[in-house]
Amino acid sequence: MTTAAPPTTTVPTDARITVPRVVRSEWIKFRSLRSSLIMLAATVVVFAALGLGFSTFLADATIEPGTPAPPGGPSSLDPLGASLGGVNLAQLLVGTLGVLLAAGEYGTGMIRSSLAAVPTRWPVLAGKVVVLAGVVLAVLVPTTLLTFLGGQAILGDQGISLSDDGVLRAVLGTAGYLAAVGVLGAALGSLLRTTAGALTSVVALLLVVPGVVSLLPESWSERISPYLPSNAGQAFMSVGGSGDLLSPGAGAAVLAAWLVVLFGAALVLLRRRDA
Amino acid sequence: MIEAHDLSKRYGDKLAVDALTFTVRPGVVTGFLGPNGAGKSTTMRMILGLDAPTAGTVRVNGRRYVEHRDPLRQVGALLEAKAVHTGRSARNHLLAVAATHGLGRRRVDEVIDLVGLREVAGRRAGGFSLGMGQRLGIAGALLGDPAVVMLDEPVNGLDPDGIRWIRGLLRGLAAEGRTVFVSSHLMSEMAQTAEHLIVVGRGRLIADVSLAEFTRRASRGTVRVRSPQATALRDLLAGPDVTITGGEPGVLDVSGLRPEAIGDRAAAAGLTLHELTPTEASLEEAFMTMTRDAVEYVGATEGADR
Ligand SMILES: Nc1ncnc2c1ncn2[C@@H]1O[C@H](COP(=O)(O)OP(=O)(O)OP(=O)(O)O)[C@@H](O)[C@H]1O
Ligand SMILES: [Mg+2]
Repeated sequence: MTTAAPPTTTVPTDARITVPRVVRSEWIKFRSLRSSLIMLAATVVVFAALGLGFSTFLADATIEPGTPAPPGGPSSLDPLGASLGGVNLAQLLVGTLGVLLAAGEYGTGMIRSSLAAVPTRWPVLAGKVVVLAGVVLAVLVPTTLLTFLGGQAILGDQGISLSDDGVLRAVLGTAGYLAAVGVLGAALGSLLRTTAGALTSVVALLLVVPGVVSLLPESWSERISPYLPSNAGQAFMSVGGSGDLLSPGAGAAVLAAWLVVLFGAALVLLRRRDA
Repeated sequence: MIEAHDLSKRYGDKLAVDALTFTVRPGVVTGFLGPNGAGKSTTMRMILGLDAPTAGTVRVNGRRYVEHRDPLRQVGALLEAKAVHTGRSARNHLLAVAATHGLGRRRVDEVIDLVGLREVAGRRAGGFSLGMGQRLGIAGALLGDPAVVMLDEPVNGLDPDGIRWIRGLLRGLAAEGRTVFVSSHLMSEMAQTAEHLIVVGRGRLIADVSLAEFTRRASRGTVRVRSPQATALRDLLAGPDVTITGGEPGVLDVSGLRPEAIGDRAAAAGLTLHELTPTEASLEEAFMTMTRDAVEYVGATEGADR
């Protein structure tokens, strides 16, 4: 028979909750789940492969202005848009990553361990978002930069330079946009508590709603469309602008507002609801 | 120390916990008993602040759980439903929980050894058997070396060896002066572990008694007596209110006499006893009668109130 009780213990008397400790706990959770690592790797691979692929497509063909982009492709077939064109698919992967991190705790019951350890609750969700945003930025800033440079190398003479007006902002903005979509997924995962429901909402918010809005009468869609998360992001992920989009600064502000509202709602409900 | 005062929880129109008031004291194992759906798990979730009470309060070591800055050092809990991400290894799960209080690998390895999971600590918790899952949950409960240990049906899925281990662990923890609060719907299990019992039925408090007192009430049932001089003993114990049935040779099932009375009389007559047991069935029956009565009682008063 095993001995009854712990003979010695290494629990110090200052063992208590601090916010940095909760962030560390969330980092351990993040790195110890295969699904998070797979989604993160898939985001990088898809983003880079598509960006380089679209750049090759643009370099090879003599594209007439107004040629439709390949399926799932960039919204504009120019050197910048092509090299960053992987963002459309990558956003779904990184959104899934956020959903899995948050809703996965509800699906498995882990949330009860998390909230019993940190009964004030908010540091758990805040820590999760800090870790998620931090990891996504740390991985995707280099990914977007290298993919952009690789794309321009493929394009050769047609390519543009990172020092051209607004290009660096668009490239880094793409990494920022993907981090924002990850956080959005985590907020929806925490709000809806089921992976399936939250994934559906992410897809709806990023793809379906913009499609539906574009079918509305033009006077309506013109007013709504720029404020949707994907188009607000597009405003700072492109250069030169287009009449349909907000200015880069306004786009960033609108996307931030989406995050604040969804994350705020997730925090409030996390506090109020039974676990 | 756990102090519940008028604690209630309503889910829709289901009153899961109904004005429970009780105190769980340090130094003994307190059993939390009740049939399925009595509200044991709900009460435990409210103690941890996972579910908010509809009414009433519950304090742990003098404060609401959420007010503690070191909750894992105050209460260690094993919850009924597995509270572990299936995709994470046992060790990483414990490391993540421990990290919230600044505890590290050393403490995690200690509790892993304590529950005997060392060999499988690197494996995904999703692949664990029920018993291994319970051990992991218990490891999590002990992480913070807590003053209160609260376990919801810890023997679920454990093999006989594991059950014996749990009993020893619980008694040891209580002997160290901790508050130990353990739920079960099996009286027989609690009879072997707990010193004090809190019995609930349909969310209401039915009894808050020591095990000794409960056994005394229950043992009006049958006492199993084994003696090499069974025939002489049968004659000695016979009386108007006493029924004696004999199954196997040398064994008497006596009802109408308390075990103390049987033992005293046998000793006075110089008869040897090899066994003197208030039968488990009688404890279990007493428990069932008690909770059944409560259920009927609740039904009757509810009807009368309207
Ligand atoms: N989250 C919930 N939503 C709705 N009803 C609930 C919820 N949790 C518990 N209940 C109901 O409350 C009652 C008490 O349930 P609880 O799980 O606390 O009982 P228990 O004593 O732990 O039972 P068991 O011995 O089966 O584990 C049950 O009728 C149950 O159906
Ligand atoms: Mg239960």
